[in-house]
Amino acid sequence: MSQVALQLGIVVGYLLLALGVGLLAYRLTDRTAEDFYLASRTFGTVVLLFTTFATLLSAFTFFGGPNLAYASGPEWILVMGVMDGILFAILWYVIGYKQWLIGKRRGYVTLPEMLGDRFGSSALRGLVAVISLFWLFPYVMLQQMGAGTALAGLTGGSLPYWAGAALVTAFMIVYVVLAGMRGIAWTDTIQGAFMLLATWAAALWVLDAVGGAGAATAAVAESNPEFLSLGGGVYSPAWMISQAVSIAFGVAMFPQVNQRFFTAGSKKVFKRTFALWPILVVLLFVPAFLLGTWAAGLGVEVPAGENVLPILLNEYAPGWFAALVIAGAMAAMMSSSDSMLLSGSSYFTRDLYRPFVSPDASERREDLLGRIGVVAFATASFVASLYRPGGLVQIGSTAFGGFAQLALPVLVALYWRRTTRAGMLAGVLGSQLVYAPWVLLSTRTLSEALAALPLVGEALAGVLPTAVAEFSLFAGAYFGWGISLYCMLLGLILTVGVSALTVADGERAVAFDVAGAD
Amino acid sequence: MTSSIERIGWGIAFLLLAALGIPWFLWGSDRVVAGLPVWIWWHVGWMVLTAAVFWLFARRSWGLWIESDAAVGDAEASAAGATAADDRRGDRP
Repeated sequence: MSQVALQLGIVVGYLLLALGVGLLAYRLTDRTAEDFYLASRTFGTVVLLFTTFATLLSAFTFFGGPNLAYASGPEWILVMGVMDGILFAILWYVIGYKQWLIGKRRGYVTLPEMLGDRFGSSALRGLVAVISLFWLFPYVMLQQMGAGTALAGLTGGSLPYWAGAALVTAFMIVYVVLAGMRGIAWTDTIQGAFMLLATWAAALWVLDAVGGAGAATAAVAESNPEFLSLGGGVYSPAWMISQAVSIAFGVAMFPQVNQRFFTAGSKKVFKRTFALWPILVVLLFVPAFLLGTWAAGLGVEVPAGENVLPILLNEYAPGWFAALVIAGAMAAMMSSSDSMLLSGSSYFTRDLYRPFVSPDASERREDLLGRIGVVAFATASFVASLYRPGGLVQIGSTAFGGFAQLALPVLVALYWRRTTRAGMLAGVLGSQLVYAPWVLLSTRTLSEALAALPLVGEALAGVLPTAVAEFSLFAGAYFGWGISLYCMLLGLILTVGVSALTVADGERAVAFDVAGAD
Repeated sequence: MTSSIERIGWGIAFLLLAALGIPWFLWGSDRVVAGLPVWIWWHVGWMVLTAAVFWLFARRSWGLWIESDAAVGDAEASAAGATAADDRRGDRP
């Protein structure tokens, strides 16, 4: 069988398997929103761990991560470990466990709902939902673009980009509408296990072919000695910390991850997953990213726009295995998007449609609305993916920082009873209003900005001293620290400061109390 | 059940775990041990240690900062807070 037919066969096989799992899950569901979105809060340790893991990191593990390690060295392993294995695990407890306790007591399904109820404010509820959808929508679009490109590449262009994206979108709609959270989590679990196995198999295959880790690393020492010394190139301490902190906090506020905090079946599930995070992260990322670094030492050539891992595997592993990993990575891309689709739809129906359009919809009706929301969300992002608008692409690629802005106000609200509605609105809105325009206008220097002014701009720019003229007005980082960290700090100061200056009025701090929880 | 030593101690422990996941003291080192840069070995070991500490926390102090620290503010909460305080007293030798 040819490589292409084999890869397509594996992709189709995966889709059918996922659909089977979805159907199985459909038979088990109650027709309520809580079941559709949260699988009625019943997940066990393995399912919760892997569904969160696969949802988040799938495509990056096989493509983006190894590419980065190939181009700049393996230090991203450390960033990833601190980010997902330690910081996110701590947030898993500090934010996730508390949210779970509160959500179980009060029946919350989404983060905006929880905040809106606690602060007696549908404005806050709507605001957090709108902000989340603002960052999520382009991010889903990026996944559809990725899947369309990958399918077009896989079939050598015989399946055009738009058809690839349409196929994936149609599949996701059917699947998510049928399966809901339970089905998605089950396929994620299969996929997470597959990813671990595939990564280790790939590493062992390559190492076997080149004579072990010692030889592979020695080759890197020859070709790119700077890769083996810690730091250098893009890797500065401030940059590594900025990335780890901003992404870890962003991850915790991504709707599809945050919503999973509500799905745990018991306290024991939380305890176990908490301790397993660092282990899982090391097991997956150390071999995956080292493969990218070793590829540099082995002289693997990567054409622009392609990914290093498939090329490396094509050279050092059997063809069917390379096909399996590529197909798995694409399937992984889809599984991330379906979780986002489901959670995005829940924010839309539960936090925008229901409170602002139809307040007295029944449970049953909300379940139906949720499924319609999935179709609407996926179709809209598909249409957007056909035009690939530059602005949306930029929003999608800065989404982690955008979500990170929500984390500190939420943390303050969870732990400080004196937090007020005004404080929350100020912190949430203030940080977004600085961060979003900033990253969209990034990289303009002062003289470029001045030159845009009519009449005098050009002349003004000409007389500025060079150092001043080249000052980046909207840089991605200042003194090495990412802009997202500055905005997070601003959000924190606004939330605490405005809360301290205002008095609670009609709010229900008691909604977040968990003392005496069962 | 929880003392302030426990509350602060675990906080410091978590901070240390996060702070030293990247071995800053090996910055610039390119020593290779058993086929991998020594700083990757440090990281792997550190993550295993982190998991062990997390496991210990889950066994001994789970609920710290969250369940045992009922904030006292309004009527409904102060009842719960008093119960928590009584529990604490009861546990002292």
